[in-house]
Amino acid sequence: MNYFKFRIIFLFTLTSFCSLTYAGLFGSGEKAAVQDSTAFVSPFEADNQRCFKCHGQALYEYTNETLGRQVRDIMCSERIINKDEFYRSNHKSFSCTDCHSEEYTKFPHAGELRMEQMYNCIDCHGGDERFAQYHFEEIEAEYKKSVHFKLEKDGFSCWKCHNPHFYRISVRNNDNLKETIAYDNAICLNCHSNFNNFQLLTDRKEINIIQKHDWLPNQTAHFANVRCIECHTQLNNKVPVSHLIKPKEEAVRLCNDCHSQNSLLMASLYKFESREKRRNGFFNGIILNESYVIGANRNEYLFLLSIIIFMGVFGIIIIHIFFRIRNNSKNY
Amino acid sequence: MYLYPKWIRIWHVFNAVLFIILIITGISMQYTGKDNPEYMIGFAKAVRWHNFAAILLIINYIAFVTGNRFTKNGRYYKIDKKNCLSDLLKQLRYYSFGMFKGEKHPFPVTEERKFNPLQKFSYVLAMYVALPLLIISGLGLLFPEITINRFLGVSGLIYTDILHITMGFFLSIFMLIHIYTCTLGAKPTSLFWGMITGYHRSE
Repeated sequence: MNYFKFRIIFLFTLTSFCSLTYAGLFGSGEKAAVQDSTAFVSPFEADNQRCFKCHGQALYEYTNETLGRQVRDIMCSERIINKDEFYRSNHKSFSCTDCHSEEYTKFPHAGELRMEQMYNCIDCHGGDERFAQYHFEEIEAEYKKSVHFKLEKDGFSCWKCHNPHFYRISVRNNDNLKETIAYDNAICLNCHSNFNNFQLLTDRKEINIIQKHDWLPNQTAHFANVRCIECHTQLNNKVPVSHLIKPKEEAVRLCNDCHSQNSLLMASLYKFESREKRRNGFFNGIILNESYVIGANRNEYLFLLSIIIFMGVFGIIIIHIFFRIRNNSKNY
Repeated sequence: MYLYPKWIRIWHVFNAVLFIILIITGISMQYTGKDNPEYMIGFAKAVRWHNFAAILLIINYIAFVTGNRFTKNGRYYKIDKKNCLSDLLKQLRYYSFGMFKGEKHPFPVTEERKFNPLQKFSYVLAMYVALPLLIISGLGLLFPEITINRFLGVSGLIYTDILHITMGFFLSIFMLIHIYTCTLGAKPTSLFWGMITGYHRSE
């Protein structure tokens, strides 16, 4: 092998090693974001496109037959549906008219259509064997006990949290837990830190989330590493995600509920993590794949070792004291 | 023999009290759980007291290092590499066998030699290796945003915490041995009195 070839191979090997080492050792641990599923082709794409033509962006155009000309107008922001987001959502395989009236296919839309009764989750998902594993009936029962249900007369519904056009199950379908946490927390913050949305449902004063959580040490770390629902819902193993939002007085405030060997995070945030991802030796080792919770991730080997060392030192001191006492009694 | 100046005694009292608080609160944090939330003093109270005592300990440590830098006390911590190992073994042999046979102390306390080789070695390890590591890792846990995010596929906080509890554990063991060896003076209480009055009573 000549010197030039050797240099090329050496440089290639070095570069590869450095890249791998950097990715492995110093990588942020953030895995690739959720796969962009815009590649998904809906069987109703052509039908839906008739709606997206106007509702897919901020501007829309139509022919005003009365005036006899093209009109360009601004779409009300509430009526804009991001097509890419829709085709990434849980309902991506739906036709718009599966949920909305067939009458919407006509333009201009009849005014009374806006008063149509919207479906709720349970209308489609309830009592259906295909969805039995998700326990929608149990979710519905939990929701009816939650503080959110009291707002139903003011317009609260499943859609306030689970926007039917955009919502996607995140915690089970995403390898990037931090992204899931941010996604799920954004759902809560959409009302609880957006006063415009908040006052649609209540006459209460604006809430300052940061101030309300003043008592919580290391707020930034907590907000980035756990979901609001970890502390604000009642755990229930029968449902994938608890929907019983408790009154604020009943929210988790004891550090030990999470920061302990029997951390509640194992029954909530980390319940979907696979057992293969366990890290031996550490209590609640699954957490270590994504984060670290002081108090919850003690290492049993270190614990045993510390007991052995402590007992050893204590034993040596006792033996030393024994010989000192024996020696003193000999001398006197 | 006047061996312990006032500043050393004040520093030592603070160090001892703070360390005891840190051990109690540290154990509370480590072993409280949902089933025993009030174990020792409970988690939330333990965190507050641990953070408070830790900050005072850091200030106290800075005072110790500064004092040693600008007074003669610093010379007692300089290890003579020449006979280091043999002196350590000599001292260890004395504690293990010699003192029971009535042998004389191989390194009697003088104004020039406050610590025997084993004391000096363990104090240097404790004060200039373990304690700085304990403080640095403690700051990493107090301000988790400054610690390395990920390393070898896990959170940098794991290494920081393991380093912190390991150093905390070894310093606790050090304290246990330190208190016991302080009973090895002329009388079991004489070294304790020395640290109160400043005067060392020779055997």
